[in-house]
Amino acid sequence: MTRLDPNPAPAAGRDTGFAAIEAVLSTLAEPAPARLGHATLVAVGLADDYAVIDSPIGPLRVAWNGKGVSSVDGAPDDRAFEQCFFARTGRRAMRVPSLPPRLARAVERRLAGDRRARIDLDLRGTTEFEQAVWLKALEIPRGEVRPYGWIAAEIGRPKAVRAVGTALGHNPIPLIVPCHRVVRTDGYIGQYSLGGPANKRAILAAEGADPDGLEGLAKAGIRYVGSDTTRIFCLPTCHDARRVTDRHLQRFHSAGEAYGAGYRPCRHCRPAAESGAA
Amino acid sequence: MDAPAAADPTTAADAALAARLATDLDGSFEELVSGQADRLFSIALRVLGDRGDAEEAAQDALVRAYRALGGYEAGRIRELRLRPWLTTIVVNVCRNRTRVRRVRTTDLGFEPGAEPAADPVARRDVRDAWASLLATLPPAQRIAIVLRHVDGLSYAEMAEALGKPEGTLKAQVHRGLATLRDALSDEGHDRKEMTA
Repeated sequence: MTRLDPNPAPAAGRDTGFAAIEAVLSTLAEPAPARLGHATLVAVGLADDYAVIDSPIGPLRVAWNGKGVSSVDGAPDDRAFEQCFFARTGRRAMRVPSLPPRLARAVERRLAGDRRARIDLDLRGTTEFEQAVWLKALEIPRGEVRPYGWIAAEIGRPKAVRAVGTALGHNPIPLIVPCHRVVRTDGYIGQYSLGGPANKRAILAAEGADPDGLEGLAKAGIRYVGSDTTRIFCLPTCHDARRVTDRHLQRFHSAGEAYGAGYRPCRHCRPAAESGAA
Repeated sequence: MDAPAAADPTTAADAALAARLATDLDGSFEELVSGQADRLFSIALRVLGDRGDAEEAAQDALVRAYRALGGYEAGRIRELRLRPWLTTIVVNVCRNRTRVRRVRTTDLGFEPGAEPAADPVARRDVRDAWASLLATLPPAQRIAIVLRHVDGLSYAEMAEALGKPEGTLKAQVHRGLATLRDALSDEGHDRKEMTA
């Protein structure tokens, strides 16, 4: 191999002894890896990565950036997802093989019902009202449901029941933000943005809520249940209500009926909140 | 050698980009990334000596730049000279990474050559050999040489980026080049001895 001549023939200018070294040094620049630019934009939240995860209702696309998870979507393919994502956020999403390990573990834990699993959410471009609705939905435990009116009352906007329904329909991060756990005030399962009511029933069933049982109660006009031993009434899916044995279970059509029978509302599911203090 | 700043088309383009960043950071940041990623990566690569570290450092520098810009007033962004400013950031990121101190070189089994090899693989090997030779220099000299001769900054821009007088930087570059030249001309020693 040719060796570098430390003393090449004098050239014009100073430092002629270094000219050959300088020439080689100037070739040591290299193009950045192709992913660097996109990864930087993802890190600062100006672009997103996404991957496909399995769910009770089939494959879903989950997008995220440095600010948090930005989308959970049931789009049929990458192209449809990317177009829809761009239309909503104005950002490009790039498919990657899988979620980052920490996020994957947190999503798995959250979908298994562990509400402590920390998942940052990127809710830019949404309203304070929508965020209040979604954060409240996050408080509903797996296997339980709450009516739209309950969310409205809990966030201090008891009359905004329809707006709560609209906000839940716009939830960009379904499943992780469990809007499927919010049902119609009359007890019926209601609509679902992620593919319709059948999906909502499937997810609730997978979580251990009983959609058929809930709609049975709705048909019978039963809104609350209570125990004649504790004299406490609950929403039907409250984990306290579900421990009541059939022998002691009392059924109420309204909060007023429960109060009239001398019952007080449960402190966990706060059933009176949605009936407007009855 | 160092063209006056006003006549430099790169400087003019940077000023125009700075103006856009001042009014629309999120809309213009991608342009900054695409324009600076290669040079920030190259600087980090030749200062740190490792591709993975360099990729992280370059990304880290750009993320820091974005966060800093997000906190600056529009007027301050417009005044920024982007190339030296980003250089300051990437050099600081590199300095904060442990490996910058003295990179131990591995014996690559061949010598750096002056002639660029025709075969791309061989050319890559030669560049690697040079890079590992560069890694034997003390950090200050290595950084000065990388900025001057790999990245091609002017001494004025280097002085701005590193906060040191041009004379000091010229001396560091000169001493570094001399060390490289002596290392190459020292036929009697093998690489391990040379870098010990």
